[in-house]
Amino acid sequence: MSLPGWKQLPIGVVILNPGNSVEYKTGEWRTLRPEIDQEKCIRCRTCWTFCPEGAILEVSEPYKTKAGREFKLTYKVNYEHCKGCGICSNECPAKAIAMVEEVI
Amino acid sequence: MSKPITVWDLPKEEFLASGHRMCQGCAAAITFRHVLKAAGKDTIVSMPTSCGEITSTVYPHSAWRIPWIHVAFENAAAVASGISAAIEALKRRGEIPKEKDINVIAMGGDGGTFDIGFQALSGTLERGDNVLYICYDNEAYMNTGIQRSGATPLGAWTTTTPVGKVWRGEWRPKKRKDLIAIAVAHNVPYAATATPAFPTDLYAKVKKALSIKGPKLMHVLSSCVPGWRIEPEKGIEVLKLAVLTGMWVNYEYENGTYRVTTPVPKRKPVKEYLRLQGRFRHLTDEDIKKIQELVDAEVEKINKLVGKQVIGPVEG
Ligand SMILES: Cc1ncc(C[n+]2csc(CCOP(=O)(O)OP(=O)(O)O)c2C)c(N)n1
Ligand code: SF4
Ligand code: SF4
Ligand code: SF4
Ligand SMILES: [Mg+2]
Repeated sequence: MSLPGWKQLPIGVVILNPGNSVEYKTGEWRTLRPEIDQEKCIRCRTCWTFCPEGAILEVSEPYKTKAGREFKLTYKVNYEHCKGCGICSNECPAKAIAMVEEVI
Repeated sequence: MSKPITVWDLPKEEFLASGHRMCQGCAAAITFRHVLKAAGKDTIVSMPTSCGEITSTVYPHSAWRIPWIHVAFENAAAVASGISAAIEALKRRGEIPKEKDINVIAMGGDGGTFDIGFQALSGTLERGDNVLYICYDNEAYMNTGIQRSGATPLGAWTTTTPVGKVWRGEWRPKKRKDLIAIAVAHNVPYAATATPAFPTDLYAKVKKALSIKGPKLMHVLSSCVPGWRIEPEKGIEVLKLAVLTGMWVNYEYENGTYRVTTPVPKRKPVKEYLRLQGRFRHLTDEDIKKIQELVDAEVEKINKLVGKQVIGPVEG
């Protein structure tokens, strides 16, 4: 990341690209990684609702469980930004999210 | 009555971008996400210094996908009033279409609301400015390292209410000042409490508040991992317990009428809420009894306001 010199700064040091914090990858903070078991997930949106990072992605990807249950949605984790807090796992009513130690 | 809002009514679009530097498991971030989902893109936020401010706008980054202005600790409400007045002036001059709705929200911490920005807040409410003021309350000055505020609850450890032989955490023997009653005393049309642990309730209240012209106030309880001494995954669980024990009541005031939005027919003992948090670790059973009595009195007060027993007794 290169920082501008003071003469290049916009007046008022206004940030002209709102939402550009996504360039900063908070996923590096993580020591525990949430892993969603698609077989157990009941697509209830709880994890998506409570993630402080907005790092649970709700994607229109169909999924059929081994027992034959069909879903139109799939929940995935944005690991670039997930900080590994564990709220999603703690709140998941289906106990479908395991917190797994990150190994480098 | 309209259909109750469910999680499926929450818009998918995110106006708080990832990459902000709030701690792992910070409930303020969840609060901001849902406030913005309810307010939508035509919203301007004024924010005083606080955790929310420093972590979301670390130069050269901003996590806000809407216009957002950082102001001093004292004047978030005053700046929001100014923005609201400017929008009206631009509409008069024809530079903004008259029918365009632009939401103006001032959002500050408990330090910035209960203490340091209190005068500006009173001014905004008293003048009747078209602003929604939201206090996200983590019950201390967290950003500067956990100092007590006018919102810190009895018994809570902070760095300025330490725990030792003489000091036993926060000492104020009474319930902290009542922000909703203060707003109501300013004759506002709408005031409400909420917590991100009940996100649809929070969302519905922000929506309702923004549909009303004039000054509105919301008081939102928001857990803090280092300040409350909790595990990062417990932020929502502890806030749910706050409601289930009656330590916090989700209610709203609208034009003279009070309504509890999360009824709790049978309360859990307040001990269950306190024991989850390291900031209350030193409390004896005697101390907890005192806090339980404060909670009982507050619950009774709210039941009286709504005119029936919506929050029940502690289950045996
Ligand atoms: C007038 C003034 N006094 C003190 C500070 C230092 N300061 C910045 S943020 C902060 C604490 C904010 O507490 P609160 O409003 O509760 O928000 P939180 O950080 O807890 O979310 C303090 C003391 C300041 N910026 N300006
Ligand atoms: S909370 Fe659990 S069950 Fe619900 S969508 Fe997320 S992973 Fe699936
Ligand atoms: S662990 Fe925390 S940051 Fe990561 S996806 Fe779950 S709730 Fe979001
Ligand atoms: S100190 Fe508390 S309020 Fe501040 S970012 Fe961390 S968890 Fe959130
Ligand atoms: Mg605070």
